[in-house]
Amino acid sequence: MSGPPGTASHDLGVAYPGISPRLVIDGARAEDIGAYRSRGGYRPLRDAEAFVCEVEESGLRGRGGAAFPAGRKLRAVRAGDGVPVVVANGEEGEPASVKDRWLMRHRPHLVLDGLRLAAQAAGTGDAHVFVSDPGSERSIRSALEAARKDPSFGVEVSIARVAPAYVAGEETAVVQALNGGPALPMDKPPRPFESGVGGRPTLVANVETLANLPWVRRLGAAGYREVGTEKAPGTFLMTLTIRGRAGLYEIPFGTALRDVLAWLGEDAGAVRGFLMGGYFAGVVGEHALDVPLEYDTFADLGSGLGCGAVVALGRDDCSVATTAAVMAYFARENAGQCGSCFNGTAAMSAVLQALRDQRAGAPDLERLRGWSTGLRGRGACGTLDGATNVAAALLREFPEAVAAHLDGRCGICAGAGPAAAPPAVAAMPAAGS
Amino acid sequence: MRIKLDRTLCDGFGMCGVYDPETFSIDEWGYASLAAGAGEVPADREADVRRALLDCPVHAITELSRGHARENRGTEGNR
Repeated sequence: MSGPPGTASHDLGVAYPGISPRLVIDGARAEDIGAYRSRGGYRPLRDAEAFVCEVEESGLRGRGGAAFPAGRKLRAVRAGDGVPVVVANGEEGEPASVKDRWLMRHRPHLVLDGLRLAAQAAGTGDAHVFVSDPGSERSIRSALEAARKDPSFGVEVSIARVAPAYVAGEETAVVQALNGGPALPMDKPPRPFESGVGGRPTLVANVETLANLPWVRRLGAAGYREVGTEKAPGTFLMTLTIRGRAGLYEIPFGTALRDVLAWLGEDAGAVRGFLMGGYFAGVVGEHALDVPLEYDTFADLGSGLGCGAVVALGRDDCSVATTAAVMAYFARENAGQCGSCFNGTAAMSAVLQALRDQRAGAPDLERLRGWSTGLRGRGACGTLDGATNVAAALLREFPEAVAAHLDGRCGICAGAGPAAAPPAVAAMPAAGS
Repeated sequence: MRIKLDRTLCDGFGMCGVYDPETFSIDEWGYASLAAGAGEVPADREADVRRALLDCPVHAITELSRGHARENRGTEGNR
């Protein structure tokens, strides 16, 4: 167990008290293959079918944001028509999250072991790692060289590097890029599990999801479930930004944000709310402090845990200004493919900028309200849904702040200059290697 | 008849919404999405939907074969 975080500007890779960490380890350097093996890594998989059952029973859910049951996805790919392909998705397009890059830079063997297990469970030897971060690529490449020396590794892994973009990590963008096209989302059907890389059934799994597979292998489904909750077993990596400082923590599902803040020595009374799920779920009020952190509880609020990135809003942060900044990001960073998305995000962004500048009127707000529900589901990927979530969340969670902006009464925004950039983790210290 | 509407191709001509507004939902900028459940086209709509499919200037509407959704095999099939 790791101790409480220190006072460094970034607390990266620290486990919540009382748990035996699965994903984080101490130290700034990347874990080498000897250290990973000594922790029980790269154990052979003898019965793929039994392992798929274990993953199903473990209740492991995808950590990329959608929280889809990992076992069901693995089963579908295994049962698909043709020899499957598996992809470790490390293209972390979400600006408020660092967890995928941290994992690849610090625990490349945990990710590769998970990828190997996924490939063997799916019944294939073809695997890819999909990244944009150069440090992650170097770390994975060096780990792969070491892992390949053992013939029992048994999987052919290629590494694909793309330019970073919000949409580049969407699963159909991953597939299209690996097929030689641009890293842009495609409309569905087909889903990658039906027809993906080379037209073959393709498992696109977030690197944190994969990093949990060696733990299912080692602990079994029941052991895996000893931490976390019934519907969200295990732990997750949380990128938490508070007072401009980003940290990466391994947290058991079911923990409340109030307890996380108390552990970190942060004053929950100074928090006005949170930006949840990176940019995908929008803002939520301070009532979220006491909601157990798991996918379904936050979905029930109309919010979401997404990829586990959480930004705390302080008393000096305006929920309207934050929402406007995030929507401006969506308006700029969408793929520019679907008309409902590039028009809808631009329109919602224009209203939110006007609201932030305290010059929007009630009719503008009604149009925003209409788009926040009417545009849902109208894009090929999730970007437009994220943008509608962000608009709907502001209207639902901070009606008094919205009203204050209509009346020109927001003290925070009154003296504010040009719109600020949305909260993002600017840089991550490079891992030694 | 089963159809797919590729919204990354749609350029907002809106002709599909004229032929069959119950299948093709048009947003305020003219871009189409399939109405909920409209991928499965009932027999009494097929003629209108087929006309929308044939007349779409950018071929954003495709007919899917029965039973599986493997019309678009990766990038090559999608362009």
